[in-house]
Formats: sequence, structure tokens, C-alpha cells
Amino acid sequence: MGAVVALDTLFNGGQVWKGRPAPPAVSPQPTGHAALDAALPTGGWPEAALTEILLAGQGVGELQLVWPALARLSAAGERIVLIAPPYVPYPQAWQNAGIDLRQLSIIQASERDALWAAEQCLRSGSCGAVLCWPRKADDRALRRLQVAAETGSTLAFAYRSMAEAVNPSPAALRIAIDAKPAQLRVLKCRGGLARTAPIAFAMGH
Amino acid sequence: MRWVCILFPQLALDAVLRQRPDPDEPLALLTGPAQRRVLQAVNGPARALGLRPGQSMAAAQALSKGFVTAEYDAAEIEHWQQFLAAWAYRFSSQVSVHYPRAVVFEIESSLGLFGAWPQFEARLRTELTELGFRHRIVAAPNPVAARVLANVYDGLVVPDDQALRYHLGQLPVDRIALEPTVSTALSRMGLRTLSQVQALPRHTLARRFEAQVLKHLDALLGLRHLALAFYLPPDRFDVRIELNFDVQSHQALLFPLRRLTGDLSAFLCGRDSGVQRFDLHLEHAGLPDTLIKVGLLSAERDPAMLFELARGRLEQVQVEAPVRGFRLRAEDLPSFVPQRQELFDDRPQQSLPWEQLRERLRARLGDEAVQGLRFQADHRPECAWQTTVDNQFCGGLPGVQRPGWLLTEPLAVHEGSARILMGPERIESGWWDGADVRRDYYLIQTRAGQQGWAYRVVGEGGPLWLQGWFA
Repeated sequence: MGAVVALDTLFNGGQVWKGRPAPPAVSPQPTGHAALDAALPTGGWPEAALTEILLAGQGVGELQLVWPALARLSAAGERIVLIAPPYVPYPQAWQNAGIDLRQLSIIQASERDALWAAEQCLRSGSCGAVLCWPRKADDRALRRLQVAAETGSTLAFAYRSMAEAVNPSPAALRIAIDAKPAQLRVLKCRGGLARTAPIAFAMGH
Repeated sequence: MRWVCILFPQLALDAVLRQRPDPDEPLALLTGPAQRRVLQAVNGPARALGLRPGQSMAAAQALSKGFVTAEYDAAEIEHWQQFLAAWAYRFSSQVSVHYPRAVVFEIESSLGLFGAWPQFEARLRTELTELGFRHRIVAAPNPVAARVLANVYDGLVVPDDQALRYHLGQLPVDRIALEPTVSTALSRMGLRTLSQVQALPRHTLARRFEAQVLKHLDALLGLRHLALAFYLPPDRFDVRIELNFDVQSHQALLFPLRRLTGDLSAFLCGRDSGVQRFDLHLEHAGLPDTLIKVGLLSAERDPAMLFELARGRLEQVQVEAPVRGFRLRAEDLPSFVPQRQELFDDRPQQSLPWEQLRERLRARLGDEAVQGLRFQADHRPECAWQTTVDNQFCGGLPGVQRPGWLLTEPLAVHEGSARILMGPERIESGWWDGADVRRDYYLIQTRAGQQGWAYRVVGEGGPLWLQGWFA
């Protein structure tokens, strides 16, 4: 009888909508910013996925946004890889943020190789977080990064220009950082509705 | 039962036949000068046509036209013997190609890993049949006996010395690898089997024959050990198949491709390594080769996967001339990491250790591409950091506010485009090494709201110089 289908397979296949959806799992990677955590559906960075951070210019707190998570990962012995960073990371500032510099690796690569290197690092599964600065990445390149991050269950951060905000993106989370007023806007987040109200984000000095 | 001898009774024929899609085609291998070609070896179907080794080519063509010929190439046979040794290297580290057309290897220490001998023998036979080599397998307590018994038996297992003595005793004297003159002399003395020879007093044999004969007999029975040179696998794989006709469609290349990737896989299993990048050369008459590069994300050695990948690349390529030869080269053979499977593994599949990942990145991006970062105890920002490859811990200066990004070249800040939030903080250092700096640093904010770190040299006017971003 072909009509007999086990209930489990129906439910697990996601074909039947159950009245009470399970709350999304709590992310094991809190951002370290209480207001942002509260706004995100999983309460932290999406695990094993690509996060896009959009900014208009440097120096708006784009590193302070990720430093708490990086500090926690490096303390846990995970490797943090910066792929073709735009400037030199000032060791003292990174150390003061709690990041173990021994766990930090910087990969110098050209524009094209940087995407390849990012995909390799994400896919390998041996890095805790991978930060990259794709300048001319289209949605296919980002999709590759997203799939690689899923494969290697690694946190991926892509810093892109604010001008990309209008383009669609396969990233699981998109956050825009505004400098004036200093605030964060969640443009897209997987697993819940994006909160439209901006989140105050003051740079700590 | 410590040594296995695998004898390849028709290595030359198999080496040619396995490169042809139809193994039942009559085939004769030719040797000799161009004026007088002689058949060196023939396969079963060719034998059925009446062809025999030793016939001249003219006689063979008078008998039949329906057979194909190939050159009997001693170097090629040597090559295939090496290939089979590489295959056997998977099962034992002590593999020898001491005997022509045979591979001898030590097996007792490997049985714990590969299971009991009957299963293991079945596995050897399956793999050799897949590779396309006819074979005879004999296991015996010493390599010399294994080789000699393989002359007569197939599938024989000699467990101990007593059984060895019995089996060897049955052998006729002309089959125990003695010099023909010696075996003739023995048979003329009326000694037909080895047991009869062994029954003779030792000193009479020593008086009648050269010392070599007794040494050989002792080695057969394991009384004297034979020093074998062991096979060492090469570091690269390079195999070429010559096609006997002009190939114009990629369909006809799939069979040789499958063979080549299968051989590559067997070679890699033997070396316990994988391949991440290999080249396919399509050879043309009178034109440079077409090169197809196949690259993989991780080191692999599964024959089906290698074939599919190479096939995918091959089908994309348009060649302007017919293909005459086909070659597979793999230079870089990284070690193979099987998929890690742990019961409680928080990182799923294909986890590649950082060391290997770093090597892969360095291989493509250059040796200097992967760097660490290190704090150097210096107040001057441009001297405070250093790239490093080792990862030693180094202290820092806690509590001092520094920007996350440092610009390698300071930028002039236009007058009025930024306002000073905090400062100055004076950094005055470096009088000892000639790069003296006296600067006042300010925390500035641009009109767009970016926060930067800028300085002005003490005693000079002019613009602020931006040296970092408080990112």
C-alpha cells in the first residue's frame, strides 16, 4: 500500500505545518551586545552561516561589533582568520578586546583569490570565524560563502559597502551600521521577521 | 606463511590488453628488427587463430589477418611491474620486485589488519581482476619458495616448514629455478624431483655442482635468507596510454580515462596519499599537447570520484586536432585525510586540520600569504606590530586606547572635515634607532561619523595625519 506514510517522515520532511512552531534554537554565539542579541531571533550570530555587515565607511565600530564573539572563540582555542583585511589590525587594540593573537591569522590575497581563500577556510571546518572584505562579490559568490559556512559550520562575516544594501543577498543575517546617529539596523535575519526599529550602538571609548 | 608471491604469467599482454576496450580481440606482441618481426606473445583468441609465439610476422599474416599487433616493450613491462608493486605497497611495506614479472611481499604482519588469509586472498584477486591482470598467488614461509611454487601452483598456501618441504619435494627439478645446465645434469643423473635431490648427501652435491646450487636449495627451504631490495614508491604519478587510432570524440577517451584514474587511485591507496591537482595531457600529432588541469577542493583518491571529476573537465574541452595519446600526471600528492567520523563531533564532515589548510593556502597564494600577528613592545604605532609565523605569546599594554585598524601610510585630514573628540596623547620615542617621532595623537570624528586616530608632529603646524580607525 503506497498510501501508508509514516507520520514521522511527513513531519520531519517539513511538509506538514504544525500549529505551534518550535521556537528557533538559541544560538551558541551571542554577539555580546545585549540589545542586538534581543533583536535577533536566535539571540546571537546565526551559527554556521554568513553574516553580512554593511557600512558606509571605516571607523564606525564594525570591529567592536564582532570583537566579543571573536574573543570568546579565541579563548576557546578556535582560529580566527582575516582574509585580505583593508588595514593592519593594531595588535594592542585586538588584545585589549580580549582576542588571543596566537589564534589570529591574516591571509594576504588578491581580490579574486580572497574569495577562494575564504571559501577554503570556511569549508575546512578548522576555523572558528572567518572575516572577509569582498569588494566585487555578486550573489553567486556570496551564496558560495554561505554554503561553505554551512558545510564547515563556521561563523562567516563579510564586510561590504552600504551601497550593497539594495541588492539581494543570500546571507543569513544582514546588519547595517550607521555612523550618524550611531545605530544598527537589521536588514534581514533568517528565522524571524527583521526588526525595523534601529538599535542604538554606541562605540565604546 | 609469511610471504606472498603474485606471478603475472602474461604481464606484457595484460598491460596492452587492459588499455583496449575489447579484451577478447586477438592480439600479438611483436619483437625483433623491422626486417624480421617475430611474434613474442599471443593471447587466447590469437592462439585460436593458429598464431604461436616465435612465428614470424609473415607466417602469422599468412594464417590470419584478423588480429591486432603491438610492440613488445621491455621498458613498459618494467613500468607495469613497478605499478603493481605500488599497488601491493598498500598491503605491506616490504614489497620486492626482485623477480621479473612477479611481486613478492611480506604478509604475516598485515593479516591482523586485512583479516584472515582466505578473505585477503579473495580481495587481492578481486582487485587484480579489476585492474586487468591475470595472476597466480602463492603464500609460503619464504620469498624464494613462494616464487618457485608459483611456477606450478595457484592459490597454494604453505603454512609451515614441514608442508613447505613436502610441496617443494614434489617439484620437478626443471621447475625450481636452477640453471638449465644444472637441471639437465640432475635429470640425466636420474633425479626427477627435488626430494630426490635433497636425499643426496650434501657434500656430494657440493662436489659436483657450483656453490650457487646448494645456496639456492638452502634458500628454497628457508635455511638461508635472501636479502631482498624493497620497493620504494615514487613521489609522482605519470602514466601515458598511446591510442592506436585518431580519436575525435571524447566518448572514445572515456575508457582510457577510467583506466588512468583507476590506476592513479590504486597508486594513491598504496602510498596512503590523495591527489588534489592533476593534469591530463591530450597528445596530438604535430601539435602541442592540450592540457586539462583538474583541481579538487580536498585531497581525494576514490576512483569513481576522480573519474567523474576528470570526465567533467574533459567533456568541456574542444580540441582542434585528433588525439593520439593520453597521459595523466600528478605531481603533488598530499596525504589523504579520511573523513573524520566521531560519535560526538560538533564539527561535521570534511574537517581539514588548520595545518593542512594553511599549506593549501600557501601553495596557491604564496609562502608569505598566511601570517600571524604579534605585538611588539614599542609605543610608535608603525613599530608596534609585526607579522609572524610562529605563535608565541607576547604581552600587551592593557588600558591604553588604540584603534582597531592601523593605516600603513598616514593620510592627511582636510581642514574642517573632522573635529577633535579627545587628546592629545603624546608619543615620543625612537631616538635610539633614527626613526625618532614626537607626535600628539587625537581621537577625531569625521563629518560622516567615523572615528579615527590622527596625529600632528609636535612643533609643526599643518593638517592632522590620520593613522588609524577606531573600528
